[in-house]
Amino acid sequence: MAVIGGSTAGRKARWTFVDLLIVAYALIPVLWTVSLSFKTAASQTDRNFFPSEWTWQNYKDIFATNEFVRALVNSIGIALISTVIAVVLGMMAAYAIARLDFPGKRALVGVSLLIAMFPQVSLVSPLFEMERQLGLFDTWPGLILPYITFALPLAIYTLSAFFREIPWELEKAAKMDGATPAQAFRRVIAPLAAPGVFTTAILVFIFCWNDFLFAISLTSTERSRTVPAALSFFTGASQFEAPTGSISAAAVVITIPIIVFVLFFQRRIVAGLTSGAVKG
Amino acid sequence: MSHVLDRPSTKPVLSEGKRAERRLGWLLCAPAAIVMLAVTAWPIIYSVWLSLQRYDLRFPDDRQFVGLANYAAVLSNGYWWTAFGVTTVITVVSVVIELVLGMLLALAMHRTLVGRGLVRTVTLIPYGIVTVVAAFSWFYAWNSDTGYLAALFGAEAPLTQRIPSLLIIILAEVWKTTPFMALLLMAGLALVPDDLLRAASMDGANAWQRFTRVMLPVMKPAILVALLFRTLDAFRIFDNIFILTKGANDTSSVSMQTYNNLIRGLNLGIGSTMSVLIFVAVAIIAFVFVKLFGASAPGNDPGGKR
Amino acid sequence: MAEIVLDKVSKRYPDGALAVSEADITIADGEFIILVGPSGCGKSTMLNMIAGLEDISAGELRIDGERVNEKAPKDRDIAMVFQSYALYPHMSVRENMAFPLRLAKVDDATVRRKVDEAARILDLTQHLDRKPANLSGGQRQRVAMGRAIVRNPKAFLMDEPLSNLDAKLRVQMRTSVSKLQKQLATTTVYVTHDQTEAMTLGDRVVVLRSGKVQQIGSPQFLYDNPANLFVAGFIGSPSMNFLPGTLGEGELMTALGPVTLSDRVRRLVEAAGAPREVIAGIRPEHFEDVALMDADHAARSGSTFTATVDVLESMGSDKYAYFTVEGETAASAELDELAADSGTADTGATPGSQLVTRLSVTSHAREGEPLDVWFDADKVQVFDPSTGRNLTYAG
Repeated sequence: MAVIGGSTAGRKARWTFVDLLIVAYALIPVLWTVSLSFKTAASQTDRNFFPSEWTWQNYKDIFATNEFVRALVNSIGIALISTVIAVVLGMMAAYAIARLDFPGKRALVGVSLLIAMFPQVSLVSPLFEMERQLGLFDTWPGLILPYITFALPLAIYTLSAFFREIPWELEKAAKMDGATPAQAFRRVIAPLAAPGVFTTAILVFIFCWNDFLFAISLTSTERSRTVPAALSFFTGASQFEAPTGSISAAAVVITIPIIVFVLFFQRRIVAGLTSGAVKG
Repeated sequence: MSHVLDRPSTKPVLSEGKRAERRLGWLLCAPAAIVMLAVTAWPIIYSVWLSLQRYDLRFPDDRQFVGLANYAAVLSNGYWWTAFGVTTVITVVSVVIELVLGMLLALAMHRTLVGRGLVRTVTLIPYGIVTVVAAFSWFYAWNSDTGYLAALFGAEAPLTQRIPSLLIIILAEVWKTTPFMALLLMAGLALVPDDLLRAASMDGANAWQRFTRVMLPVMKPAILVALLFRTLDAFRIFDNIFILTKGANDTSSVSMQTYNNLIRGLNLGIGSTMSVLIFVAVAIIAFVFVKLFGASAPGNDPGGKR
Repeated sequence: MAEIVLDKVSKRYPDGALAVSEADITIADGEFIILVGPSGCGKSTMLNMIAGLEDISAGELRIDGERVNEKAPKDRDIAMVFQSYALYPHMSVRENMAFPLRLAKVDDATVRRKVDEAARILDLTQHLDRKPANLSGGQRQRVAMGRAIVRNPKAFLMDEPLSNLDAKLRVQMRTSVSKLQKQLATTTVYVTHDQTEAMTLGDRVVVLRSGKVQQIGSPQFLYDNPANLFVAGFIGSPSMNFLPGTLGEGELMTALGPVTLSDRVRRLVEAAGAPREVIAGIRPEHFEDVALMDADHAARSGSTFTATVDVLESMGSDKYAYFTVEGETAASAELDELAADSGTADTGATPGSQLVTRLSVTSHAREGEPLDVWFDADKVQVFDPSTGRNLTYAG
């Protein structure tokens, strides 16, 4: 593909330049945070892009505080549980949408679409009040519930797009080859559906990991505050010190899983994001 | 023939299968539908109810039904309209910039001769990164104490002035969401057959004409879907403003205002009123998109997007 | 190996559509039978019912005398080759072919032996470790066949297995399917819409139209003695010419002039109680250039007309001459359906008005010039336009 026609060295050089621009665009803000996280407290205000002195102190500090460690545990736990539930529920619904014919299917697709575009802040006031009454305020389930809700449309779309791509005739073929329905599912359909499910799980996890509005509105203590919310409550090591170093170090820590996903599953994430949008 | 195939004997047997399919369909969708409705539809109704009451958690004993008084209060309040204006400006400006930049980025990702995988990988980083993390990066970059960008541009505390603050908010928003726009547009680009472009160049179209006369019309459905999604998403902007300015110097968005009234002010009545108003505004935007531009939401109308 | 009997088998869908109506077919042990018909005629539904992939609404399906209506596909011991091949993309060729055996809990050594043997028969030995995505169309088709034959089923069901191959490969695979079936002598039900496959492959052909069996018989019998207009028009390429005609005293009047019917044809028509207005059918090969014939013989055995050659196609072995016939075109529901299926309804060409003749290669016919053409009066078939029945049916 890359060498169709007369791709001259000049064109390659031009594209290399464009690529470098894009890489710089994407990476500079990230590198800046990394740089801040390695700066010593004294050099934080030198306004230079690169640290003049490197230190691990900021990382040591945040891992020594309960504030951050607890938030990290909350973030991981809440995002994982939400992802698992949203993907399982989404799988069931997406299978029905992709494979079965039943009245109300269009309504379900419509509703999930509405929710995908829903102004989340509109839910903050009623949820705040309802969760206080139900005793869910400032608990894990109190965040998991809205996360599942807003992750479901994403999960249903992506999964039904993937499920539609599965050659379901293979199920028939497996039956003709002597498989029971359960065997046909386990040995033929499941291996083919797994990549789509995995991709969806990544997208849903990123979504839950990213949330700030619910995290800051529906929590009030360290008990269930996730890292993005906790960051805005960080204070410096002393009263006179800005929390720049700690915030940057914590920011880098919660960016690591994102970088890992992107590096290893780039192709899948792109496929997942675009499949729902184009093929519907 | 009819003595074997008479309907009374065959139809119940057949519709059994159909009924089973329906039942299974409903059964599989029920959990997702119930969760979605319980956590959105019910709270929305509840927030309409709350918005009709005077309900301040600092004075819980004063709770009473006040009809549309809260709406009158919010709609006659200058802060609300300022926030509404700020939100609209941020939405329009950032979506326009994202569309142009996103299209360029999509073309680059689609056409680049070198490092296609690398380009696609790095562009996913802004998409995936936690918004708050990115917002802090911009905050420290423009902060007068720590910022390399503030130093570079010689700006005196840009985050304490209104216009520079808004520009930085838009910059943060555009940086984060352009890759998502680009990915959606790239999927649209993949729908333009190469042969169509070759045919256009045989017909004498230059590169610009091929782009405007062939690619854009074919991509129109994908562009509209991307615009609709991003407009509604931009309208609920919160994270970036919260971190960058906390809404100071009249840079508050409607989401920010709602949050302030609700969590800071603990005024559930006013907060709920704002929630309902934002919901209505978003519904109007979606309606306008669908009616005016004929944008078809994904999955809604297969014919609309080829 | 098995005998398969369809006893008044019907399929009605929940929306009330009747896909197959009271099909009565007895497929002998080891027989190669073809189900053919235009799209939507119910042939695939019939195959799926035999497979057990679709329920039977009424009637009985017996395999080796045993009712199997209620049996799951896996308990019928039947293998199927799908149009799309339905190869499992995540398994290698070897795993694909071994899959039915593994499900049947056959031991490893036997699996290996049987897969190797099937691979050898189908010339797939060097591809056993590849994934389906890396195979050519013909190789995939052979893997699908291999997966069907490894477990020695009672019968093979094939659903248009060659329709995704290009023309040349299709001819090649056609002969190898035929050879393989003879070698294994396994009962085979083969669905196709390609009438060439129908003619060349099967022991017997079942022609279907809107869910109803039109005629069952050997390919040659169907060609020579179609039971009705539909079978006459569907079997044969190029297809039979149809002209409206009027029956008189031992004579048939058509746009090609009067024809004196042969004694054989006259007796059949009389016995059938034919109406006055009929449709005459003549196959392209029953025409000839008069200049190449003995004048006496021509006059005695047939009828002659003169017309201008519209188009002449020289095929090397024969020449096809196309004429336009003045006057009305033959009209019937069956002919309309055939035209719709072959797509000629959309091309603007009215099928009834064009006459296709196959002439000897030595003919001096030229485009745009008039030609004297003879046709065989004994080979004229006469149809009832209202029912479509062949009034000259000799079966």
